[in-house]
Amino acid sequence: MQYMLLIYEDEAAEAGLSEEERESSIARHIDLARRLRSENRLLAADPLQPAVTATCVRVENGRVVMTDGPYAETKEQLAGFYLVEAADLDQALADAAAIPSAARGVIEVRPILDLQA
Amino acid sequence: MRPDEALDRIFRQEHGLVLASLVRFFQDLDLAEESLQDAVTTALRSWTVDGIPDHPAGWLLTVARRKGIDQLRRRKNLARVTSLLRAAEVHADVERDEEDAVPDERLRLMFTCCHPALPMEAQVALTLRTLGGLTTAEIARAFLATETTMYQRITRAKRKIATAGIRYTVPSEPAQLAERLEAVLAVIYLIFNEGYSGSSGTALVRIDLCQEAIRLAEIVAGLLPEEPEPAGLASLLCLIESRRPARLDSDGDLVLLEDQDRSLWNLQMINRGRGWLQRAQSRSQTQGPYLLQARIAAIHADATTADATDWRSIVSLYEELVDIRPTPVVALNHAVAVAMWQGADLGLLLMESLAESLNTYQPFHAARGELAARAGRFGDAVVSLQRAVELSANEVETRHLQRRLQAVIRLDRADQISR
Repeated sequence: MQYMLLIYEDEAAEAGLSEEERESSIARHIDLARRLRSENRLLAADPLQPAVTATCVRVENGRVVMTDGPYAETKEQLAGFYLVEAADLDQALADAAAIPSAARGVIEVRPILDLQA
Repeated sequence: MRPDEALDRIFRQEHGLVLASLVRFFQDLDLAEESLQDAVTTALRSWTVDGIPDHPAGWLLTVARRKGIDQLRRRKNLARVTSLLRAAEVHADVERDEEDAVPDERLRLMFTCCHPALPMEAQVALTLRTLGGLTTAEIARAFLATETTMYQRITRAKRKIATAGIRYTVPSEPAQLAERLEAVLAVIYLIFNEGYSGSSGTALVRIDLCQEAIRLAEIVAGLLPEEPEPAGLASLLCLIESRRPARLDSDGDLVLLEDQDRSLWNLQMINRGRGWLQRAQSRSQTQGPYLLQARIAAIHADATTADATDWRSIVSLYEELVDIRPTPVVALNHAVAVAMWQGADLGLLLMESLAESLNTYQPFHAARGELAARAGRFGDAVVSLQRAVELSANEVETRHLQRRLQAVIRLDRADQISR
């Protein structure tokens, strides 16, 4: 099964990290990605630009309406994602817990809806 | 016993065992439930005519498997049918060898129902529904929820199990097993607690919940013989349950442990609890929280009168418990035990540091009120008991606290006059 691991972080708190903390966090992301790739389970993973760069788009009566900023104005914002292949939810949850951001923010684990099944 | 009552009892008894085996077979909880329901309907007709078979569980399993495969055939899921028929042949061989023994898959189902990715209320409901064989209506009644709410809760949880990829499996890695086992035992404990002192449901249903919880704890303890905590929990629940006949007086009012008529305690239940305690202790040197609490409960069971209670041992067991579970509630129990052993003043002193964290916890104020009264500090006792009454959500409890409060107010007045 495929799972999307959505990383939510408090951007203000992230900005306040020391250089050392930031480097160690990046190193752990790289380690995790490397491990998942060696297990042939990493489908995609990327960090996102901060939420101030977000634009929300909706179509109302055939007209495209845009608003500046993220969908939800919450303290924690979507900051990146991993798309992984996992045997079951337990394995995906373990992957999520291994993401360094889990110790500071929160990881939402969502199973991918398999249209082929 | 009327024949349909006998059948009911068998269905209740075998429900979890057969369902768990069907879930393993079909890997689909809904299909497993439907096919078992079909098999039960068939059994009701067939057994009243031909009599109850020697192995009712094996009979139900075989029929339900056939019903489920028919169902898949109707849904034109032929690939599933072929692979299941092959599996059924393998199972059939096993059955012939083992005299219709139904393989016990309940543990897998229990770990699935109590998966921490499911909300706690859903874990409880699913466990009662699948392993306990309670109907949705019965569970709704026990938790004072509407049947619709309970139905939705269960349906949502089942859908998450199926679509999020929660497996029917027992974690193999020791660290994960320990963590998940804790979740399973917490659900069982919660079911028992709801039954024993719950704020909801009628008295009759509550007793049912207690018996169900004991049964579930004993199943887990039996299936995980290497683990001390399930046996510890089974022991603890039996020992608490043994005091039920003495817990309320003839007016339905709460009787505190030290005032209970111990001759009313259920000796059979005490022995059952002692049996599990022995097994738990022979399994391991490590002392988990349930095992420690069971040992404390066993000390109470050993004391023929409240005065004969070995409080010194209870205090030292609570100290061990505080070491592994440093929560304010455990600290409160420790403080009460210290008060019983070395005097109310010392107990009250230990409670001081808990006042903030347990400010909204009714038992804290009730205990503080009792101890203050015992120490002759009636004014303090009145304040604490008043707070306890405010916080009480249970009718029986409120009545008891009110009565204590009135008694202490009288003592307080008498004390002021004599001064």
